Amino acid sequence: MGQDVNIADVSMRFGDFYAARDINVHIEAGEFFSFLGPSGCGKTTLLRLVSGFMDPTKGQIKIGGKDMIGIGSNNRPTAMIFQNLALFPLMTVTQNIGFGLEVRGVPKAERIKKVEELIELVDLRGAGNRKVSELSGGQMQRVAIARALAVSPAVLLLDEPLSALDLKLRHHMRAELRNIQRRTGVTFIYITHDQTEALTMSDRVGVMSIGKLEQVAEPDVVYNNPATAFVASFVGETNRFQGTISGIDGEYAVLNTASGSFSCKNPQHLSQGEEATIFIRPETVFMAEESTASNLLTCGIHNLSFEGAYAVVTIKNEQGQLLTMRLNNDGTAPRVKAGDNVKVTFNRENAFVLKNGDSTSA
Amino acid sequence: MRDFWKNAIRDLGKIGVAYILITVGVWMVFMILIPQLIMLNYSFKPMLALRDIGGPKDVWTLKNYIVFFTNKLHMAIFFKTIWSSIIVTSVALAICYPIAFYLAKVARGATVGLVMLGLVIPYWINELLRLFAWQIILADSGIMNQLLIFLGIIADPINFRAGNGAVVLGMTYAYILFMVFPIYNVMESLDRNQLDAARDLGASWLRIHRKIVIPYAKPGIAVGCTMTFMLAAGTVAAPQLLGSPSSFWFTQVINTNFECANWNQGAAYATLLMLLCIIFMFIMLKIFKVGLKELTQ
Amino acid sequence: MKSSQSIFKIVIGTYLALFFAYMFLPLIFMTIIAFNANNVPQITPWKGFTFMWFGELAKDEQMWSALLNSFIVAFSVVAISVPIGLGGALLLTRLQFKARDFVYGVLVSPILTPGIILGISTFLFWDSYMNVPGGLWTAILGQATFITAYCMLLIMSRAQRFDLTQEEAAFDLGATHRQVFWRITLPFLRPALISSVALAFMQSFDNYNTTLFAIGVEQTLPIYIGTKLRSFISPAMNALAVIFIALTIIGAITYELRRRHEMIKAG
Repeated sequence: MGQDVNIADVSMRFGDFYAARDINVHIEAGEFFSFLGPSGCGKTTLLRLVSGFMDPTKGQIKIGGKDMIGIGSNNRPTAMIFQNLALFPLMTVTQNIGFGLEVRGVPKAERIKKVEELIELVDLRGAGNRKVSELSGGQMQRVAIARALAVSPAVLLLDEPLSALDLKLRHHMRAELRNIQRRTGVTFIYITHDQTEALTMSDRVGVMSIGKLEQVAEPDVVYNNPATAFVASFVGETNRFQGTISGIDGEYAVLNTASGSFSCKNPQHLSQGEEATIFIRPETVFMAEESTASNLLTCGIHNLSFEGAYAVVTIKNEQGQLLTMRLNNDGTAPRVKAGDNVKVTFNRENAFVLKNGDSTSA
Repeated sequence: MRDFWKNAIRDLGKIGVAYILITVGVWMVFMILIPQLIMLNYSFKPMLALRDIGGPKDVWTLKNYIVFFTNKLHMAIFFKTIWSSIIVTSVALAICYPIAFYLAKVARGATVGLVMLGLVIPYWINELLRLFAWQIILADSGIMNQLLIFLGIIADPINFRAGNGAVVLGMTYAYILFMVFPIYNVMESLDRNQLDAARDLGASWLRIHRKIVIPYAKPGIAVGCTMTFMLAAGTVAAPQLLGSPSSFWFTQVINTNFECANWNQGAAYATLLMLLCIIFMFIMLKIFKVGLKELTQ
Repeated sequence: MKSSQSIFKIVIGTYLALFFAYMFLPLIFMTIIAFNANNVPQITPWKGFTFMWFGELAKDEQMWSALLNSFIVAFSVVAISVPIGLGGALLLTRLQFKARDFVYGVLVSPILTPGIILGISTFLFWDSYMNVPGGLWTAILGQATFITAYCMLLIMSRAQRFDLTQEEAAFDLGATHRQVFWRITLPFLRPALISSVALAFMQSFDNYNTTLFAIGVEQTLPIYIGTKLRSFISPAMNALAVIFIALTIIGAITYELRRRHEMIKAG
């Protein structure tokens, strides 16, 4: 059964370089938790700290309430699935899966039984005696999963396991992993740079920028209510305008930008006069009615890209800034074409202003 | 520092780290460094009878080295050894360069394996026996002389052993492999397409070799030359079998010293030989502008 | 264009033919002489086909004892060089430390050192300071000094291609260091270790320069041959040479057959 993982004040330093800094997060037992972030943000470091390949320079990691300091990876209740899978090439599928049991001295009969159960679980029936080199990418994945599960870990750590697979297989494996997690109840800690993966698979997501944990929340919260500028720009697409806060209205603020004044939510409770950026998701931008007064933008349609269920429209406002909006193909959107002049707007509930931080370039 | 040990133990385990340290330590200290230092020590001490060791006569001195520099004969032998070794190296290079190139770039598939086998097989036979073969061939009643007499080129048999010729010939025969393989190894990684492209652009083969192949193969050539020179300068077998008292080799001088139990003198001469090899190696590195590359088999 | 290509081929062909004649003719002559009933080892005058030299060789007690010594020394050298070479390879591929290049240089230096110097230094060390007179022991150590370096390089080239994440995975699954080494690392290194054993054995068996200076009054086969060849030359030596050549050819054929067999197996 899964155990909880507590990461408290963890920092990892290599010389002058901080791979991770002051990370604080509590992962529930049996949870599917993802760390999401760009390459080099420290998520692999974090995974290796939890799995026991190194001890943090500062801070404490507890698994199931027990402090893991000084305990090596072979003595922790964790199992890891490596990015390159690290299957043992000279061994067969059965030998690979049974390895963890073998080194623990599990008697042969019991071992064979467990390995068979796992082969069933990951749907590799009949492949037991094949050499690892004869398997396809998806099959190798499943061997890696089975091998890790064989040692009944309390926490399973997955290092971007699907990045080497083609799209269709990736979709399939995502569902499978989620399935396996639900069935076994093991805590999954998953790291990826692919936000779709993180958002679709996880119970909760931890978004990381360089070495820092920016936000930990459920996928929809991370998407709709990003806590920092980084999260807002990394997760999903956004339109951004920089400006200064010119007024506060309870939970809302008014941002003065070169493209006009916009009213939006103020989750960080910024004060008047502060420099900030407003984030507007493309799907929340729509054509303005005649009656619309606030949050109005006059634009020329720059490009229209029909993608089936919706059209992605790139519009250029008077200041030359490009925005994207989505027009759902449900018959309600007006038919427009490149070159048209339109007025667009958005609801202030769907936009938010955040302090300028290290946002990624869209 | 402590981090280093922690990581090492984490990676290899306590026993693993201990094993590595002990084996390499014993090797490095007791087999490589200390014996060298002792030989050096010997070279700086005069030859003493057993009872004099530790006594007042046991001082450090440059006498053994001075003896060398004042002994015209020994110095002549020393320089002759150098010169002959250079000849051996050059001849070997000249012969082996085409072979290496052929193996690396021209030969195809099965031919490569066959040629390699043809190169390696003679080398599995003991060096001494191979030199013996030449001893027989170059003897007074040997095939060489018989052939030359038969062809009417000479009337009386030549004593090949009187000069250095026999030794040089024998050495070249013995050490060719050490020149071929380093060069072959480097050439192998040269992209064939480069040569084809150059050819396509109209370059002559001479130019291709001069401008493309040789610069690329420099590390291999350097290694090959270094090894061949060192083997030639440092070998005892060939001079012993194919030489004569008048063509004494420097290594034989060292041997004589040891046979006469003048270990100190011998040690000094050996050190000089060592210095020679080191200097040669550095010269090679400089000429060919390579770093200390590792040697492959 | 065509004609220059064929000229090219003729030139190369001739060059290779000459080269291989140069390499093999001496050996062929040697073989023929071994069967010549002539007291002087030469091809002419031919005094009849005979096996008597082989008989004389077989009766040579000194030769047998030298042969035995060669085996003793070779096995001992293998027993020393391969384990230490492994240690060295692990040290240089797995541990990062500042003096790494320096240590590498020191460990590889025996290869670049003339054999006689290794022999002399080993002899002086053990004879004077350790009170072990020159003999098989010093020969073993003198040879091992540089043969270990060869083994180390051989093993290193294999070890460098080792995927360390495999070890990490094995640890992660609960294995101890010992289990990881025996089940994951060693199987991977096995081909290099086997090659090292073969290499060490052959280099030891064949060694002359270092052994000559380190071995004192004892003899290994090469020393015996050297002594014999310097004194009284007898065609018995040719007989020995023929045996060497025969063994080599058998060895080469076996190796080549094995290699082809492996390639066919791999498909």
